[in-house]
Amino acid sequence: MSSTTDASLGRAQIAARTLRTDRWWLPPLLNFTGLAAWVIYATVRAFVQKDYFVAEYNYLTPFYSPCVSNGCVEASAHFGRFLPDVWFLPYASLTLPFLLLFRLTCYYYRKAYYRAFWLSPPACAVAEPHKKYTGETRFPLLGQNLHRYFFYIAALISIINTYDAIKAFIKEDGSFGLGLGNIILLINVIMLWAYTISCHSCRSIIGGRLNHFSKHPMRYKAWGFVSRLNGKHMQLAWTTLATLAITDFYIMAVSAGWFSDLRIVG
Amino acid sequence: MSYDAHFRVWRGDSEKGELVDYPVEVNEGEVVLDIIHRLQQTEANDLAVRWNCKAGKCGSCSMEINGKPRLACMTRMSTFTETEVITVTPLRTFPVIRDLVTDVSFNYTKAREIPSFAPPPDVKPGDYRMAQVDVERSQEFRKCIECYLCQNVCHVVRDHEENKEAYAGPRYLMRIAELDMHPLDVADRQVAAQEEHGLGMCNITKCCTEVCPEHIKITDNALIPMKERVVDRKYDPLVWLGNKIFKRPGA
Repeated sequence: MSSTTDASLGRAQIAARTLRTDRWWLPPLLNFTGLAAWVIYATVRAFVQKDYFVAEYNYLTPFYSPCVSNGCVEASAHFGRFLPDVWFLPYASLTLPFLLLFRLTCYYYRKAYYRAFWLSPPACAVAEPHKKYTGETRFPLLGQNLHRYFFYIAALISIINTYDAIKAFIKEDGSFGLGLGNIILLINVIMLWAYTISCHSCRSIIGGRLNHFSKHPMRYKAWGFVSRLNGKHMQLAWTTLATLAITDFYIMAVSAGWFSDLRIVG
Repeated sequence: MSYDAHFRVWRGDSEKGELVDYPVEVNEGEVVLDIIHRLQQTEANDLAVRWNCKAGKCGSCSMEINGKPRLACMTRMSTFTETEVITVTPLRTFPVIRDLVTDVSFNYTKAREIPSFAPPPDVKPGDYRMAQVDVERSQEFRKCIECYLCQNVCHVVRDHEENKEAYAGPRYLMRIAELDMHPLDVADRQVAAQEEHGLGMCNITKCCTEVCPEHIKITDNALIPMKERVVDRKYDPLVWLGNKIFKRPGA
């Protein structure tokens, strides 16, 4: 608990938790609502095990990619089917846990959920409710240091998402096709790459760990590029949550027959 | 255009204190520090306040204005409405001496705990040669005016006095990052940052960056890169293996 009222410390005796007069509670509330809504939607969709593939146009939602369960429609399983088809195993069980961990350990999301969910602190200069604080020095939060491994895996998964988006240009009958679904899948993949590359771990690996940029001109250029993207990491984090949900919803709606895909070619 | 504003200023010392209400004249173009000075000249001659340059460069007039850590000399009165009550308190993380003046010696203690710049032993002063591209990243950190707003707002010590011993705070973790990124510094700072200066206690909630009057991106450009460097050393066997195979001890 805030020690600002503890006289023995010699601090100014001010009982109020904060004297801020602006709506400091709004950003954490919005973050809480947004993140909670997305997690609920994604969890439901990951376990529902239907309406994830449009066979006619080869559209596969990223929430089921790669589809590796024995329950997957054969055409949707680009990398084979080998996981048992049971209700508690999402069809993309091979990748979803790592994507979750990549985002859970992401430096931006950490800020967002430490503030919105754990209130540590809820906002700047607003006292947190916890009596003790050890930060990221102990298990399990020490595990936040594994972020870069999840970054490596997320980059590999982005390749699979890219493969899915490209494969969706070839229809079930083998001919070329272009529809609104393709455009949505493509935008989603581009945004996923932008989010993944803008990661702070990527920024460090690509060049941030160097002390002599002058000896590594190519890495310096790459670091500059990633640094510019990194400046938009928060925006990209939210944009990709939106593009993932929109892509999944669109494919679910087309697959369930709620509406048909808007076709441009074929 | 002038009007009478309603100021509430914390008056007291380390034993006790309270918020005192003052009506005070405000003129066009003034900043909060001007109003504090007017209070000194009129209703509160004994009001203690630390100030110096009035230009946002000395870092002396740090205080909390409507609960936000700010420089009084850089907070324009035009950002408030005429009817708004403006509450001014001392920095809440440090012991108060009197009224708006706090004892910031915690920061000097932390500064002394960081080993100074350590060039290679065979390079003499005057022989330092560095490419601009190698030093410009840490030049951002040199903009720091040591106002200690970041140290004050950081919840690690603001809300947990007991962490003061183990935690250097954002300003001095940034100093470690500055030295660690320096092309001529050969001291080992990465393990010490984590084990001796409490880098792991930072949970990157970015309040330090939000309050910095110099707009230094403390979290994104110093603390997170430093955390990643610690991961290189302490938690990433792939980097360790790469360094062994390609024999690159000091990249």
